[in-house]
Amino acid sequence: MFTGHDAREARNGGQALSPDSLLPLPVRVGRIRPEMADVATLELTPALPFAFAPGQFNMLYVFGLGEVAISVSGDPARDDRIVHTVRSIGAVSSALARLRRDRVIGVRGPYGSCWPVAESGGSDIIIVAGGLGLAPLRPVIYRVLSRRERYGRVILLYGARSPAEILYRRELEAWRRRLDVDIAVTVDHATADWRGNVGVVPALIPRTPVDPDHAVAMVCGPEIMMRFTVDALRQRGLAMDRIFVSMERNMKCAIGLCGHCQFGPAFVCRDGPVFRYDRIAPFFDTREI
Amino acid sequence: MRGLERIVLDQPFFAGLGPEFGGAISGCARNLRFAAGEYLFHESEPANEFYLIRQGSVALELHSPGQQPVVVATLREGDILDGSWLVPPYCWTFDARASELVRVLGVDARCLREKCEADHDLGYELMKRFAGAMGERLRAMRLQVADVYRPRRS
Repeated sequence: MFTGHDAREARNGGQALSPDSLLPLPVRVGRIRPEMADVATLELTPALPFAFAPGQFNMLYVFGLGEVAISVSGDPARDDRIVHTVRSIGAVSSALARLRRDRVIGVRGPYGSCWPVAESGGSDIIIVAGGLGLAPLRPVIYRVLSRRERYGRVILLYGARSPAEILYRRELEAWRRRLDVDIAVTVDHATADWRGNVGVVPALIPRTPVDPDHAVAMVCGPEIMMRFTVDALRQRGLAMDRIFVSMERNMKCAIGLCGHCQFGPAFVCRDGPVFRYDRIAPFFDTREI
Repeated sequence: MRGLERIVLDQPFFAGLGPEFGGAISGCARNLRFAAGEYLFHESEPANEFYLIRQGSVALELHSPGQQPVVVATLREGDILDGSWLVPPYCWTFDARASELVRVLGVDARCLREKCEADHDLGYELMKRFAGAMGERLRAMRLQVADVYRPRRS
């Protein structure tokens, strides 16, 4: 049922920013929204319409410093902006998170495979996100909600470290007010003034009201969390070819040449980051590959 | 079949339990309710009962003097509170606070332990279920302790 999903199909009607070369194109920073202490969302203003498929990533280049791969986290229906949510980890990501409006960075992409949003028409959709893993899945949510009639139940399960580290909190609250989406949020740690759920996100899965034979799960977050989540989904009855995960590896060239992101026989940049779970199951639990 | 016996056998936690065991458990059981904010028990108190949540949610907390309690887990309908009644010293290891109106089935621990000693088949059926539930909790706790959402340099 779910075959490969060629990233090139994502570019219908839009412009890819030099995906087949190593040359970044200059793009101006429009708006910067602080999400939490070390996380910011950048809205970039491309000179030409930019099209991407949910799940894809761009290479963002801070001139004079370096490049980093960041998932596109905006609305795929909006081709007038490129949205990325960045956490300050290393030199490049920290510089990105500190950018000011009207600064110029380099962008090349989009790269990689995408979530099976179109192919999942008629199915229940279970989106399981952990921490910043909600960023690569947010385009899925936008796309599914914009075409809500095409899908069965839509369920979002989101886990964060603490209440203060819930990403996109306003949007989560807005989605929750809809009558046609089930949203459960949980945190790993909280003090007693938090009235929500405390616990790990995989523990939400046994209670999820979904038909496992007609559901598709899309999972993104730290790999440990994804391992536990896949286990819980499989115990819930979902077949391995109905579970999709987004892998993360150190990406340098993004075009399948340098080998830094090799994952078994695949390159995450070229064959991922979104993988159908049955295709990578033999490598998923391997410590060093 | 009497009311409590029916309630016991209808609980997912006791799924597959024979009716003879349902009668034994219900003989030690009673219905209880706790208002929002009320504590079911506190850490180090004797675990004289265990609870099966029928409605509502319960926050498991660890207290620290001078600070807000830390919530370590939220338990909901169908969850069991807890395994402390099974092994000595039979004392609770955390606080449990009703997050909202909570209805539970409370089972007298000493009553049920005595029945398990007298009927090892009953004891084994309960042990299987509690071991499974505690194993799931332990697995979840490991994931929490791993603090996987903490920022990490690659």
